[in-house]
Amino acid sequence: MPALDRNLLHRFGLLLVILLVGLALSLWTDTFLSLANFTNVARQVSINGILAVGVTFVLLTAGVDLSLGSVVALSGVACATFAHPGEYSVFVPIAVGLLTGTACGLVNGVLVTRGGVAPFIVTLGMMTIARGLALIFSGGRPVANMSNELTALAGDIWGIPIPVLCFAGVAFVAWYFLRNFRLGRHIYAVGGNENAARAAGVPVERVKLLAYGLCGLLTGLAGVVLAARITTGQPNAGQAYELDAIAAVVIGGTSLAGGVGTITGTLLGVLLIGVINNGLDLMGVSSYYQAVIKGVIIVGAVWLDRRQARS
Amino acid sequence: MLRALELRKDFGGLTVLQSTSVDFRPGEVHALMGENGAGKSTLMKVLAGLYRPDGGHIEWRGGHADFASPHEALVAGIAMIHQELMPILDLTVAENITLGAEPCDRLGRIDKEAQLHRASELLGELEADIDPSRLMRTLTVAQTQVVEIAKALGRNADVILMDEPTAALSDHEVAALFRFIARLKARGVTIVYTTHKMDEVFRLADRISVLRDGNLVGTAPASEMNPAKLITMMVGRELADVFPVRQPPTDEILLEVSGLTREPSYRNVSFQVRRGEVVALAGLMGAGRTEVASAIYGLQPASSGQIRLNGRAISIRNPQDSLSAGIGMVTEDRKGLGLIPALGVGQNITLTALRNFSKGQFLDHTAEAAAVGAQMAEFSIKSSGTSQPISQLSGGNQQKALLARCLLGAPQLIILDEPTRGIDIGAKAEIYALIQKLARAGKAVLLVSSELPEVLSLAHRIVVLRRGSVSATLEATTTDQETVLRHAMPL
Repeated sequence: MPALDRNLLHRFGLLLVILLVGLALSLWTDTFLSLANFTNVARQVSINGILAVGVTFVLLTAGVDLSLGSVVALSGVACATFAHPGEYSVFVPIAVGLLTGTACGLVNGVLVTRGGVAPFIVTLGMMTIARGLALIFSGGRPVANMSNELTALAGDIWGIPIPVLCFAGVAFVAWYFLRNFRLGRHIYAVGGNENAARAAGVPVERVKLLAYGLCGLLTGLAGVVLAARITTGQPNAGQAYELDAIAAVVIGGTSLAGGVGTITGTLLGVLLIGVINNGLDLMGVSSYYQAVIKGVIIVGAVWLDRRQARS
Repeated sequence: MLRALELRKDFGGLTVLQSTSVDFRPGEVHALMGENGAGKSTLMKVLAGLYRPDGGHIEWRGGHADFASPHEALVAGIAMIHQELMPILDLTVAENITLGAEPCDRLGRIDKEAQLHRASELLGELEADIDPSRLMRTLTVAQTQVVEIAKALGRNADVILMDEPTAALSDHEVAALFRFIARLKARGVTIVYTTHKMDEVFRLADRISVLRDGNLVGTAPASEMNPAKLITMMVGRELADVFPVRQPPTDEILLEVSGLTREPSYRNVSFQVRRGEVVALAGLMGAGRTEVASAIYGLQPASSGQIRLNGRAISIRNPQDSLSAGIGMVTEDRKGLGLIPALGVGQNITLTALRNFSKGQFLDHTAEAAAVGAQMAEFSIKSSGTSQPISQLSGGNQQKALLARCLLGAPQLIILDEPTRGIDIGAKAEIYALIQKLARAGKAVLLVSSELPEVLSLAHRIVVLRRGSVSATLEATTTDQETVLRHAMPL
């Protein structure tokens, strides 16, 4: 079957699963099916969603980024440090947060491309380095006392949470970029066959650097949004966020081997994880069991998908 | 005796082999001939237990054979040498050759001594000079193929299925393989053989079976066949001379290479290619042909020497440099350095020249689709659509798509490294015609090929490499295979 049809089928299948889960939850609980709860789900998935979009770029190049969670914390701390009331304009802490994330991403990218170190190792290193830096800069304590202008980022516009708008904007831009930009096409080529891409004149190193840089930028954004939401820069925030993000991307049909995947798929993957989390919460399942159920669903979804792809 | 009885194989609604019956006798070399997609490889893979037949059955030693896996076929005495090489790169040559049949002591530990001994014994039979303790990763494509052959021969099988075993071999290695096949034959081993090289069939085969579109056209003793008759059976129509007429080149020198060196592969290599000229790099495997071509394209830059294009010295560090200078290349390693398997045919074709279909960073999807349509028609690339993953196409169509990719950027110099390896005679003829068309259009073509008839009929001049140095530059019209070989062979 042509790839296009398979992608469609895949996305359709995933959408169907989400709808079925939604239907079951609507019948099971009387709280799921409401605008307030949907807004709630959207708000809850937005940070994971922004991270998942970012890491989609990296996974498409056949790389990986394990440092997302730590960089979220570091960016949040950096942002909060410049967000005390009356010190700077609100744009300064935002810019600092984004730049911190981008810098981490670029360092990852340089070490992968110029240093030739495996992405797994590089980003594993960055995971502990960024966490350490977050603890150093904050003195190990949450950075509190943030201006209202910044914490307003976690509020609503016309009833829609701003984090949700951020997520939607990021997803749209990423979708547009991968589809309509030359560099977007190059990302698929590099992930599909790096040596062939190089032989075809694709600037492989630059493309990979861009992917890690973009991932870093979005991680910084997630850090700023999280800091605004919890009104502090938490050096211990974001533990294991990278795993939820990567799980969402893989459920969405992106291959860990690179070269295959879409933003639409990532979006659906994020949504599925969000709906399941929400449903388990509403049903009052203990968080111990939630962890087990979520793990089973992640492996099961990918297993089903790969089985379907093989036949 | 091995017998295929009305074997049928379908792939997703497409019948690639329909009730084919062939019998293979002990001690014969039985050639399976046919164009790509005719069903030769499929028939072999069914016989070797790689595919289960969807109809018919296999008779082996008078009984009904139903192989569930290649391993079962191996145990029953049927081994296969695959067209796609499947080496394990981080094991040694000896470990690859004895894979799955490692000599062990009583505790089950591998006997390294015996392993090395067994490997060098088999390589010796093939007259191959490869150290069995080397890592697979360090071998050339040709050496890898020799190792794959040794691996199959080491199983002491009664039937050996060889799917294009000589695709990457030099004439010297082919000769050694043929001598070994003769010895196997004398022992009563059945050899089933496919190739796209006409001369091999008549040197080797006792009987020939021709397949077309999954059907057996006929089986006949090789002595009752000739190349013209065979081609007619394969193609189903008369094929006029596959080599088109050469036009004389211009006097304008486009490429001038002087003193190109990268030890230990090649040294002090100098030659010129004029506009409208086809120059072939000939030589034995390992003489440095691919390496010199790769240096000009920037895949593996030379350490010293000069490359001039249109009289201007250019510095080439990577393919981006050579592409922007007007040099294009289709590499020998289609899978490793050519295809982006998951991308569609269309996106593969436009990859190199993508800049031509974008304004700044923005892709112009309409212009891209138009260019893809034009290239697919021009190169008669067959696919179910432009978004069909290129990995699903036949070898000939993949190769044509890569040519289309290379030429879409309108390069002045086109380097073709083994452009017809492993593709059928119809696609070959198309590529031959294309090469002459490029020359007539005033482009310069640098051709690397192991097939001497191809070199002699396509090129204007032949630069012969011997162990990394130019040993002769010959005019194609006044030379012959023997002369080229004499200059290519180590003294």
